[in-house]
Amino acid sequence: MSFKDTFMNGEQGLFKPVSLTPMQKLILRFVVVGLVYYGFAVIEGMIMRIYAIEPIKAISDFQYFAILTAHPLVGIIGSTYSLVFGAFLFLVPFLMKKPLWSFKLGNWTFLLVTFGTLTFWLAGFISHYAPLYTLYWPLPADFSQFNPVGGSFFIIGIALVMLGTMFFVINIFKTIAYTPEGWEKQPGGALLASAIGYTGLRNLFRKKKEQVKHLVSLPVAAIARGTVDTALNAGVLLFTGVLILVYMIAHLLGGDLKDTAIDALLYKNWFWWGLDLIADGLVLIFVAGTWYLLATMITGKKLFMQNIARAALLVELIVSWTVWSHHLLSDQAQPGFLKIISGEMVTAFELITQGLAFYIVLATLWSARPLKMSNELKFLLGGLLGFALAVPAGIMQADIGLNRILHNTQWIIGPHVHVAILVGLTMTLYSAVYILFPIVTNGAKLYSQKLANFHFWAHLIGGIGMGAFMGMAGLGGMLRRTIYLNGEFNLYMILAGICGGLLLLAFLVFFYNIVMSLGLKGVIGIFTPSKLNVKDLVPAEQQ
Amino acid sequence: MVDSQVVLNGQTIAYTCYAIVIILVMGWFGIKITRKGKSSKLSHALFYSFVGFLVVLGVSLHIVTYHTIPWARMDINRADIKPDKVFNITVEDHQFILPSEKLIINVGDKALFDVTSNDLTYGFGLFRKDNSMLLQMQVVPGHRNDILWQFDKPGVYTIRSTEYSGPKGAQMILKDVVEVIAK
Repeated sequence: MSFKDTFMNGEQGLFKPVSLTPMQKLILRFVVVGLVYYGFAVIEGMIMRIYAIEPIKAISDFQYFAILTAHPLVGIIGSTYSLVFGAFLFLVPFLMKKPLWSFKLGNWTFLLVTFGTLTFWLAGFISHYAPLYTLYWPLPADFSQFNPVGGSFFIIGIALVMLGTMFFVINIFKTIAYTPEGWEKQPGGALLASAIGYTGLRNLFRKKKEQVKHLVSLPVAAIARGTVDTALNAGVLLFTGVLILVYMIAHLLGGDLKDTAIDALLYKNWFWWGLDLIADGLVLIFVAGTWYLLATMITGKKLFMQNIARAALLVELIVSWTVWSHHLLSDQAQPGFLKIISGEMVTAFELITQGLAFYIVLATLWSARPLKMSNELKFLLGGLLGFALAVPAGIMQADIGLNRILHNTQWIIGPHVHVAILVGLTMTLYSAVYILFPIVTNGAKLYSQKLANFHFWAHLIGGIGMGAFMGMAGLGGMLRRTIYLNGEFNLYMILAGICGGLLLLAFLVFFYNIVMSLGLKGVIGIFTPSKLNVKDLVPAEQQ
Repeated sequence: MVDSQVVLNGQTIAYTCYAIVIILVMGWFGIKITRKGKSSKLSHALFYSFVGFLVVLGVSLHIVTYHTIPWARMDINRADIKPDKVFNITVEDHQFILPSEKLIINVGDKALFDVTSNDLTYGFGLFRKDNSMLLQMQVVPGHRNDILWQFDKPGVYTIRSTEYSGPKGAQMILKDVVEVIAK
């Protein structure tokens, strides 16, 4: 096929959008939007990498901090939520062997996440609303720096995403528990109890003979437990958003509310509790669950120490509710017992739970030697390496002594956050994308394996390299969330910028490879309504 | 008291060694699982040993740092320690307001920095001439924010806000305003 033909019709013309079920189209829409928002986040990241070397004259300080505010939200909410929600709305029914409870609700999740993200991104871009994740009260309501109209749209955008998130949560739990039409009545309560870990917990106190069997598979249990944190987090963000909105509307109506009515430290505790349900809750639980699923799909074998893995997921859920105080180790008014118990000790449990997941996956892969180094395997190994690097970096800063000299430096955002998200989480998601690609496209073929290899190495080296050089700058005292005007850390920032460029290149190559695999007509076809009026996940002939 | 730069150097060495080892291990693992060979299950004993290692590592890190990093214990017990000098600093409208033009500290003294914010959440950090950080804390409005530090050698430090307080706060810097001098 000529280049033009491939560009229009995809690799060997194998991808036929007309053959897709409504569910396949929905999932592919999530993936495309997730990748587009990932592109937004990478470009914003590169702007900030350049700014860290030399402030760009065309971008004002206010615009820069608006980018800094939008960047993690577009990356996490716009991109990761889209990819994860899409994958799990497909995988839960796929693994439970029944249709999704509500396709309509799934569609609403897609629309709300997509347009909610666009709304807050545009609000930040146009009005320069930049209170970061609205963490530090009363900054979100500081109208001497921020426009309340832009701020209101920003909060409305976040609220739309959270509404879509709630729909996702309902859909996941309903899909686990409901009885499809024509089926024998399903034990909904028992299925939910098994999914969230209650059955396993009860089994600990039962005699061996009386122990109840797990009704859902381990990946479904992982998704369900991560979804609990997703729901709690959405609740926290919605509540906080409404609170901020009340201050904004009051200001717009000419009646400023007293910002001292809200205790800044309590607000910070509340908000970090909510945010850590993402960072230390659903991300780690979802990632562990995805690792387990990928390991069993790649090897075709049972997971090593499956029961321990299941128990560890429950421990991780409880840890995620009690871990937030490591973000407040430098807050001198924070009670000491919270710093030591929640901030240090509970946080150290993440080393254990994540270490267990790491070991279990490696042991499962080891048991199936020899394996082919497929795209999904190499990206899974990359994801494992990312968390193996990022979790200990986080545990180090979650220490009262070390936090005093690390807090808010580039160490946190480099070797911990970016290595965890870009290498750990994103490479795991790429692994899932590569393994699900033929299933959700009804057998489309990847355009170029060479480009996939380049994608892997450029992303891995770029991600680890960027994190490493940011970390070196952090150890040298470079702060995050500020501007250096005199090139104080230029050596590290130039090197981090080069690695960031490699990440951007990796993404562009991957995107090009996917577009060439599906063809332009195919990509457009994903967004047209499906002509198949079926509830099935994949066409009957594929099952 | 041990200089915080010494602790940072130790951390740099420890983490760099760990990072190199784990990258090599994963590289070796990737090669090994694709080579021809018999598939074999790993023993459960090895698994439980690994779990035990993680538990010991997670708990011992904090015990070791508590006993070796001097400011950790001093920070927790600061209410019971009498400082040699107290500096009351106010922050308002993205400005640090110091009690005097320069904050002078004698070598060996324990100095308490008591920082109050009248509006937003800020940070308070002391930085060396080479931009490396000596210490920092958060400055939260409506709460007491105090940090006790013992200065064991002469030096000049810059105060800088270590927390984001909006675009106006990016350059909250007071250059060379803290001086530690020999007695």
